[in-house]
Amino acid sequence: MSIAIYIIVMAAVTYVIRMIPFTFFNKKIKSRFIRSFLKYIPYAVLSAMTIPAIFYSTGDIITAAVGTIVAVALAFFNCPLIVVALAASLAAYITNLIL
Amino acid sequence: MNSRFIKGISHGIPICLGYLSVSFGFGITAAASGLSTIEASIISASNLTSAGQAAGVDVIKTGGTILEMILVQLIINIRYSLMGLSLSQKLDRKFTTPHRLLASYGITDEIFAVCSAQKQPLTPAYMYGIILISMLGWVTGTFLGASAGQLLPPSISSALGIVLYGMFIAIVVPPSRKNKSILFVTIVAALLSILFKYVITAITSGFAVIICAIGAAAIGALLFPIDDEEVEE
Repeated sequence: MSIAIYIIVMAAVTYVIRMIPFTFFNKKIKSRFIRSFLKYIPYAVLSAMTIPAIFYSTGDIITAAVGTIVAVALAFFNCPLIVVALAASLAAYITNLIL
Repeated sequence: MNSRFIKGISHGIPICLGYLSVSFGFGITAAASGLSTIEASIISASNLTSAGQAAGVDVIKTGGTILEMILVQLIINIRYSLMGLSLSQKLDRKFTTPHRLLASYGITDEIFAVCSAQKQPLTPAYMYGIILISMLGWVTGTFLGASAGQLLPPSISSALGIVLYGMFIAIVVPPSRKNKSILFVTIVAALLSILFKYVITAITSGFAVIICAIGAAAIGALLFPIDDEEVEE
């Protein structure tokens, strides 16, 4: 089968999944439960995607753990996103050099 | 130029950097699966998603049916529906239907995370800025990965693997510190995720994220429903 067809199907399905709720939900949701649920969803998604995957993100659990600790500490003190992200990476890199 | 657009670009720079390294890996995988550099780059430009693309390339490589491709994309990417629904609640009035049709292309985990952390309503210009810079990083990384193979030494590319997660932490920790209910939801989601990783291993990772997120957010919504004033912020 042509690769182009696969690519078109992939892209179309992914787009429609994103587009339908984003485009056609323009009323404010009244239900207190659903509004609370939608407020919590981003934090729940990010947390579930980060833990425990972050500990495998550098290929070495020790360098990843050091990077994680640095990220949590800097985030705790409200450092900007880019600072937290790159400092975590730098910490993992340096730890790898030391080990 | 529109200041909201510039702000979007600046908020997208960390995403762009993270995407460069992740999509570099995708480019290498796609090339190893027999796709050309152009095909891999087109997949990245048209899909803008990591897990879905990796699974899609697998379907192509194994000569799977179109139905299989549809189901795989649906299952792995269904979380974007939840994200789109969540974002739809905080759009500025400038977000008319054509803008919604266009901007929905760019709902990714990271873009969603940064957008939902914004206090003000989202404008089209802001979202276009963040989507544009992120997409450039994603496609450029794919192109480089597929065409040039390993450009970076392994010590650097492996350390870059933590960049996106570091960004997630930077988004989740500050509100968790201020708000106990968010902290609660974050911890429940993490515990469920650990459960799926080590105990209930039959569930694929895409499904696991959906179940953990729905479960934790629903428990949070039941135990700590938000007040009406909080919605107005």
